[in-house]
Amino acid sequence: MSVLIYVELDNGYIKKTSLEAVAYGAKVAEKTGGQAVVLALGKAENAELEKAGKYGATKVLHGADAKLEHENSLAYADALVQAAAQEGSKVIILSKSGLGDAMAARAAAKLKAGIVSGVTALPETEGGFKVTRSIFTGKAFATTEIKSDIKVLVVRKNAVEIDEANLTGSNAAVEAFQPALRDSDFTASVLSVEKADSELSLTEAEIIVSGGRGMKGPEHWQPLIDLAKALGAATGCSKPVSDLDWRPHHEHIGQTGIKVAPALYIACGISGAIQHLAGVNGSKCIVVINKDPEAPFFKAADYGIVGDVFEILPKLTEAAKSLK
Amino acid sequence: MKILVCITNVPDTTAKISFTDNDTKLNKNGVQFIIGPYDDYALARGVELKEQSGGTLTVLHVGEADAEPQIRKALAIGADDAIRVNADPQDSYFVAAQIAHIASQNSYDLILMGRESIDYNSGVVHGLVGEMLGIPSYSPVMKLDLEGGNATITREIDGGKEVLKAPLPLVLGCQEPIAEWKIPNMRGIMTARTKPLNVVEPVSVDDMTVPQTYRLPAPKGACKMIPASEAETLIKLLQTVAKVL
Ligand SMILES: Cc1cc2nc3c(=O)[nH]c(=O)nc-3n(C[C@H](O)[C@H](O)[C@H](O)COP(=O)(O)OP(=O)(O)OC[C@H]3O[C@@H](n4cnc5c(N)ncnc54)[C@H](O)[C@@H]3O)c2cc1C
Repeated sequence: MSVLIYVELDNGYIKKTSLEAVAYGAKVAEKTGGQAVVLALGKAENAELEKAGKYGATKVLHGADAKLEHENSLAYADALVQAAAQEGSKVIILSKSGLGDAMAARAAAKLKAGIVSGVTALPETEGGFKVTRSIFTGKAFATTEIKSDIKVLVVRKNAVEIDEANLTGSNAAVEAFQPALRDSDFTASVLSVEKADSELSLTEAEIIVSGGRGMKGPEHWQPLIDLAKALGAATGCSKPVSDLDWRPHHEHIGQTGIKVAPALYIACGISGAIQHLAGVNGSKCIVVINKDPEAPFFKAADYGIVGDVFEILPKLTEAAKSLK
Repeated sequence: MKILVCITNVPDTTAKISFTDNDTKLNKNGVQFIIGPYDDYALARGVELKEQSGGTLTVLHVGEADAEPQIRKALAIGADDAIRVNADPQDSYFVAAQIAHIASQNSYDLILMGRESIDYNSGVVHGLVGEMLGIPSYSPVMKLDLEGGNATITREIDGGKEVLKAPLPLVLGCQEPIAEWKIPNMRGIMTARTKPLNVVEPVSVDDMTVPQTYRLPAPKGACKMIPASEAETLIKLLQTVAKVL
């Protein structure tokens, strides 16, 4: 028996959320007995893939077939199921993302396996396999028992604490993996891919500086970007801001946008509507800057400043620059 | 062109969530239910595509009878008929199996739904349905156009987007800005009353997962206010007290 963890690659690097999934999977393997095996698909150097060992994996299967280079959830799900069969895996773990959910769902249907997405903590394995997950967009948690023989878990960021400074694992062995590829997984043609390479992705970022309608217009975003740069943060926004095309759609955070869980979320000129809060309630620390002392966001905040964003942001940027 | 749109019946986004029966059931008291916002986008685009292509649009809900006002609303927005699978679903796998069963009896060209439901937030039903039917599934879809037997799909990916061209049939999980939400007009509301709403019994599915209990998050502590004149002190606090820098 083993635990199989799928890791997402971004430009040849294992995503941070995927390394968390590896650590999570290794802990599950400890509880249930067996090894934590990792599957990676696409281009990456062995030196990078070995790193999964530091987070507790014993082996990394690497599918480097050229046809797998471009993200393809259909073919990836097929590969995942084949890897699970090869390794005799009873628990399959992915990190929460569009790709993670898509692969997990298709794999679960192929394996007739119970699937739980949005898992926030390690499972209880005494007297049934029970997991806790986030529901109602962060407003509540559910504990669910998975009854099926094979179990598919999609885990959220921060589901397990990692002490980066004290990783105990050693490098994992990397093995080539060649899944059988089916033509039916390649019926779509990719017409174009647009990706902001240099930008930090919101789901991975530890710090996010986010702007709302209080930023007054796209031409006023520079002070916010300056603070983000000084803190090494990603930038986000509220829904009206992306609806108005002040910022790109992939920055839209909230109920109908991206759900984030950074260590620090700084909201600038965002009122804190419940639908926005739904996307940020996984954050460890929330700072709110708003000129209206009655803004609902303050109720969800750890630190608040009542004032004009355009006066406050430059002061914060100065202070942040002198930190390092 | 035959289109199926699957909708969820979920608490309004502003609803206060609480539980009853020893934290084993959602407290529906005083909670207003709506069509899932993502499903509403899928429905809006479905109606536009149906109007362009002169096809039919069926709306499907797996759930109990209290969802019927929302199903009628979908009919008022432009669906031709509706199916309700009469069940109290316990997990995504069950819902997907019901949708796949209905779909396998009717050859739909396009099965649309929201990228996720806003109650259980799993985002896996489209993938499950796709695999159960043996056809491709894509999500989250921000733009969808049809030409001949193909769909052109703009999909959101981490930090950007991707445009795909794929042959029908397809299962798609939708999100904005695929279409603007539609509000039913008076004529729609009148005609919706007489459109068919067929209630069918579920097919049996093994229990894959069983919900046990629900709970609310721990309450948040008080917000520490910092005077605007000392804004710069925030950074030190974040470093030394909150330890997030
Ligand atoms: C079904 C549904 C789903 C939704 N999904 C989302 C979602 O995913 N994400 C989302 O964000 N919203 C979502 N919304 C919209 C949400 O209800 C709010 O309308 C939106 O979040 C408000 O955005 P905002 O805070 O930027 O703007 P506003 O509410 O207009 O707030 C602007 C804030 O800026 C402050 N301000 C103005 N000028 C200054 C200044 N100079 N300095 C400091 N502060 C200033 C104001 O006091 C105010 O609090 C959804 C709504 C619905 C109905």
